[in-house]
Amino acid sequence: MSADNSASTSAAATLDVVGLRKVYAGVGRTVEAIRDLTFTVNTGELVCIVGPSGAGKTTLLKCIAGLLPPSGGKVMLDGEPVSGPPPAMAVVFQEYGRSLFPWMTVRQNIELPLKQKHLPAARRQQLVGDALAAVDLADAHAAYPWQLSGGMQQRVAIARAVAYEPHVLLMDEPFAAVDAQTRADLEDLIRLLWHRLKVTVLFVTHDIDEAVYLGERVLILSHAPTEVLEDVTIDLPDARSQLETRSLPRFGELRKHVYAQIQLAKQGWRPPAERKA
Amino acid sequence: MSAPILRVVGKASLALGLPVALLAAWWIASAGSANFYFPPLQTIAQTFVEVWVSPRIFDDVVPSLGRLAAGYFGAVALGLVIGIPIGLSRTLRNMLEPVLEFLRAIPPPALVPILILFAGIGDTMKTLVIVSGCIWPVLLNTVEGVRGRDEVLEDVVRCYRIGRLARLWHFVIPSASPQMFTGMRQALSIGIILMVISEMFAASNGLGFAIIQFERSFAVAEMWTGIIMLGLIGILLSQIFRLVERRMLGWYHGLRQSQRVGG
Repeated sequence: MSADNSASTSAAATLDVVGLRKVYAGVGRTVEAIRDLTFTVNTGELVCIVGPSGAGKTTLLKCIAGLLPPSGGKVMLDGEPVSGPPPAMAVVFQEYGRSLFPWMTVRQNIELPLKQKHLPAARRQQLVGDALAAVDLADAHAAYPWQLSGGMQQRVAIARAVAYEPHVLLMDEPFAAVDAQTRADLEDLIRLLWHRLKVTVLFVTHDIDEAVYLGERVLILSHAPTEVLEDVTIDLPDARSQLETRSLPRFGELRKHVYAQIQLAKQGWRPPAERKA
Repeated sequence: MSAPILRVVGKASLALGLPVALLAAWWIASAGSANFYFPPLQTIAQTFVEVWVSPRIFDDVVPSLGRLAAGYFGAVALGLVIGIPIGLSRTLRNMLEPVLEFLRAIPPPALVPILILFAGIGDTMKTLVIVSGCIWPVLLNTVEGVRGRDEVLEDVVRCYRIGRLARLWHFVIPSASPQMFTGMRQALSIGIILMVISEMFAASNGLGFAIIQFERSFAVAEMWTGIIMLGLIGILLSQIFRLVERRMLGWYHGLRQSQRVGG
């Protein structure tokens, strides 16, 4: 199985997390961040992971991205075990201010990973142009990241991920640090890009509304050491809009349900040990 | 139209005000001085033109600057080449830190007698003295700069599978460049000091040699002009350095400014 990035057919991949466990061994004490996580993100699905703060969300994401070695279990991408950052995966990080190279222009930031894939110049040009147009920053090519607002910087990071043509897109609380207005715009942007690119998206957030609004499924995590508390299917219409979707009665129900689960999670409730998903 | 011009004039007069006042004070205080060791500034100024607007520029200033350049750039190159791997590897750091601390603590002029034994009294010795002093600020700042690279960016580099060479060139070196420049700025002033000192030990030309010669032949005004010449070279070099730094670290100053504005 080669994970070759074929020219323009936007391929997606299936992501399997099986019995994932992560223990940080410190001096004198060990911290069990993730106890036992098993879930699947199907090809082309948009799944949100939501959990109380301190649920080890970032640890989970880093394990999936191949940035951290798990202590047990495995992560598989299209059936292939992940042992380092896989070629068909892109990540958008929370700290937009630190995830772009400040000494490079917007264009150079997006182009660097493409150069590493040895794409010809014309193709790179096209991918960068398309990606920036897709995030509505077509006139920011020559700007430096620090000349842009926070929301725009995160758009550049998203454009970099899009131009990379990933099969799986991981997002680690990407909008946690932008203002509410920008946040709504960026959420719609993610839905739009997901529809257009048909990639598999795993979106980590601590915001319940955001998870319900964006996802097709929402995985609710327990407090650390982390397990999956519930896998909620979001049966909202596919075409979502900030105004209408959020005022649907069903949105309110789902939101309420997830909220209640998170409250339980905060109190330390976890599913019976025997239960296997 | 006059506002920007006024601002430039205002800035210039602010920067030049004190030097002009000091020179004027020196001029007035030393006018008509009969003290052999403190000739009138007017005499020094006249002597300056006689001494330095002459072939002496090529006989003394040019060789000095040549040694400084060789020693300084040699030290910068060595400091970067050694410092980057140390900054990247914790094992290497733990292993080398005590040795580096010891070597750094040795005042470079103390090395001159040893270097004379090994390298004679020629340009090699003088260049080595400059290298031995200039390398430390460059090396230690490079290590710190490389070590302090951002971990989020490190994750970005890994997740987008940036190759080793590209990682070094597009991430590690630019990350460390502000600190590298801090080290190089410190090294420059150390380099000028060591250039003069090394020429005072054993030399047949150079600025340090010229100043010592003038002193020994009781050409006091000439000696003063040598010291002024050193000061002027120092100012010139630091201005050139600033210019280069502004160009190379444009992004860094922009970033800093945007952070200050953004709070």
